[in-house]
Amino acid sequence: MKTRNIAVYGGGILFGFGLAYSGMTRPEIVLSFLRLDDLGLIFVMGGAAMVTFFAINVVPKFMKAPALGGTFRPRVSVLTRNTLIGAAIFGTGWGISGQCPGSAVASLGTGNWPIIVGLTFMFLGAYLRGRFIKDGN
Amino acid sequence: MFPLGIEPYLIGGIIIGLGVSIIYILTGLHATQSSFFTTTLSWFSKLPHFQDKRNIGERDWRLALCLGLISGAILYTFTLSPSGMFVTGVNTWRLALGGLLVGFGTRLSNGCTSGHGISGLASLSTTSLYAVITFLGFGIITAHLLEFMGVS
Repeated sequence: MKTRNIAVYGGGILFGFGLAYSGMTRPEIVLSFLRLDDLGLIFVMGGAAMVTFFAINVVPKFMKAPALGGTFRPRVSVLTRNTLIGAAIFGTGWGISGQCPGSAVASLGTGNWPIIVGLTFMFLGAYLRGRFIKDGN
Repeated sequence: MFPLGIEPYLIGGIIIGLGVSIIYILTGLHATQSSFFTTTLSWFSKLPHFQDKRNIGERDWRLALCLGLISGAILYTFTLSPSGMFVTGVNTWRLALGGLLVGFGTRLSNGCTSGHGISGLASLSTTSLYAVITFLGFGIITAHLLEFMGVS
């Protein structure tokens, strides 16, 4: 087992704990946000992005490279038509089901067995994208 | 606006951010989630899209991240969770249809709530900002339409 994977697993435990703590593992709470009944989700994404902002933009000023190797590179990408079409399709599915990839995976750990259906169909969706859409843009 | 208060959301978000940050500081990797579907499919599908060298190189740590997420949620369920285990009451057809669109859409968009919403925004990526505005907008419209039509 690579040290890198153990580090990812450890950070993933915090990630999953936070998703469950914030209620994101419950599709009902996500749907109540999207119906604008409970705006708390803004603070989940905002709080997480804020902390991560320091890791990505400030920490590299004091460290040359990641502790276990690799390089510091912000997550930037080129805007294409597919970025927006995909986001629109994702948003529609999010509004139907109240699940996103991370919350659905973590939800398994709360004993939420029906989410297996959602995850199975996410795999199917990801497969269809690879099967029928050309790579590139 | 905040029937359950702000604290669980903000504290949960900070814990998520700490997890993502630790991974970044130790490894330089962005702990984002939706690529997991694509890299995991590389074990099962011979299609060039899945056999891409980058996917093969990432699939082991993305599986480790997935196992971490599940472990963290189990830890919460058996420690701080006020009500123990949780089983959703959302209809199966909604999980299925929604899941299909989430899987397809996030992979077409190259990111989800964590990829664009956390790591992308934290990287000050304008691409991710546009993606977040788009999926938030469509999510809000869809949830309202279903409510308006009385769909359960």
